[in-house]
Amino acid sequence: MATAEEVKKLAALARIKISDEELETFTREFDAILAYVGQLEKLDLPQGAEHEKPALHNVMREDGEPHATGIYTEKLVEQFPAREGNALSVKQIITHDEPE
Amino acid sequence: MTIVEAARALRTRELTVRGLWDACAAAAHARNPELNAYLEIFPADDSAIESAQKRIDENDPSLLVGIPLAVKDNILIEGKVASAASKMLENYRATYDATVIKKLKDAGALFLGRTNMDEFAMGSSTEHSAFGPTKNPHDTSRVPGGSSGGSAAAVAAHLCIAALGSDTGGSIRQPAALCGIAGLKPTFGSISRSGLIAMGSSLDQIGPLTKTVEDAHILYEAIRGLDALDSTTIPDGLYGAHELPKRLRIGVPRHLLGEGVEAEVLALFDTTLEKLEKEGHALVDIELPASAYALAAYYVIMPAEVSTNLARLDGMRYGHAARGDTLLDDYLLSRTEGFGPETRRRILLGTFVLSSGYIDAYYRKAQAMRSLLRAEYDKAFEKVDAIMTPTAFSVAFKFGEKSDPLSMYLEDIFTVTANLTGMPAISVPMGSVEREGKKLPVGIHFTAPHQAEELLFTIGEAVQRTS
Repeated sequence: MATAEEVKKLAALARIKISDEELETFTREFDAILAYVGQLEKLDLPQGAEHEKPALHNVMREDGEPHATGIYTEKLVEQFPAREGNALSVKQIITHDEPE
Repeated sequence: MTIVEAARALRTRELTVRGLWDACAAAAHARNPELNAYLEIFPADDSAIESAQKRIDENDPSLLVGIPLAVKDNILIEGKVASAASKMLENYRATYDATVIKKLKDAGALFLGRTNMDEFAMGSSTEHSAFGPTKNPHDTSRVPGGSSGGSAAAVAAHLCIAALGSDTGGSIRQPAALCGIAGLKPTFGSISRSGLIAMGSSLDQIGPLTKTVEDAHILYEAIRGLDALDSTTIPDGLYGAHELPKRLRIGVPRHLLGEGVEAEVLALFDTTLEKLEKEGHALVDIELPASAYALAAYYVIMPAEVSTNLARLDGMRYGHAARGDTLLDDYLLSRTEGFGPETRRRILLGTFVLSSGYIDAYYRKAQAMRSLLRAEYDKAFEKVDAIMTPTAFSVAFKFGEKSDPLSMYLEDIFTVTANLTGMPAISVPMGSVEREGKKLPVGIHFTAPHQAEELLFTIGEAVQRTS
């Protein structure tokens, strides 16, 4: 069963913040949902069935004629929260400064 | 008015394209404040209306010329907002047309607006929309179903001629049932999903919500087909040819109807069975033991895919972009502010079932269960042509009635199997039940083998004729 600690860790992994109040609700609901999907454990599956390749698999398209460069650029760049010319502007992550 | 009726009226000059548009738009504007079926009603596109009229005048055979359609808010129309009813994409403008939109534009259809839904198509009532729930036109104290609840309500209340929705676990068929219209979830791969905001990529399909089965057929034919932009689309005949016998064998998994189904729904179900038998079809008792586990497997696989698909929404390139002190804060704030509670819940569930300690117990087990289910259905279809159940347990429920997530998830119990197996399924109205002086519709649900949509249209029309 899920603990509040576990739910907190999952939230961090999923890049989501959860308030303390929500944490309690989420943990409780998680327990109910996991108890329900836990029925799967009762299911008798043929030996090794869990490791069979699923029927669906990824299909890659052959590289073909590309579209002309830049025809979608402006439309896409318009959606950026911040831009510098046609580049997406984000926070600096790597610095050359010595750590404090 | 149905697609067939509107197309006829346009051709007999009883109506002009402009007149039809204005009538639909006026109805939508008049009733939307009450129903909240549309998140946005588009202004008239004069050039599209004129060119549609020109095509009518030139006797264009496409039945969709000049027909105003509503489109679920997770399907991209170039230049229009496509928000998936989420704060995350509230201001996102589509940069291209979804393939289904391109096909409908080519067929001459017009787009009346984008319809409300549960956020990112997660829910069975539209209560999870970031922009307020849609109300059921049959009783505004009740939900329209979901997630394509806005599309279903718009069709049922005659605020458009027909609509598109998407179906990951029942999101077309359950709202169609609760609003008293027809809804089709086509075979996985029959319709391109290029331009559909992804939820569960091994489950999602786009499909029609319409007033009649015939209309569903017309819309389905217009949007289906192989597409280079979606590698999961399949060619005709991939699963072999299907015969369409005059006398259909209809499988009834009685053992699945024991618990939870309302007595009145069950009574209507039995009446419909009798009618079909009278029409000359054969009823066959079947057992689908693995189906009992389908919903459990679905609520492992779907959130796993949701957590993966929604990882791309991080506040960087498009969508809600909150800014904090560090890059990590940017991600955390954008995603926490952008996603509603149900979306966050499913992302967390998905993260859980895919995490290293649990992937064998949950995700791999669910995938194995999925193969088993598919084999079970394939086997059943050696004996029967279609499988019949109610679409939902009950009539439309009241707002707030299913506030705990698990009870909402149980709404999908009859519909998820078709998404897990990839098989096509349809919901058709089979009558209504009276509650507090209001007539509430009930749907019947048929599943057919892969690519046997024709069979669903035939049987759906048979039900429509008799109910």
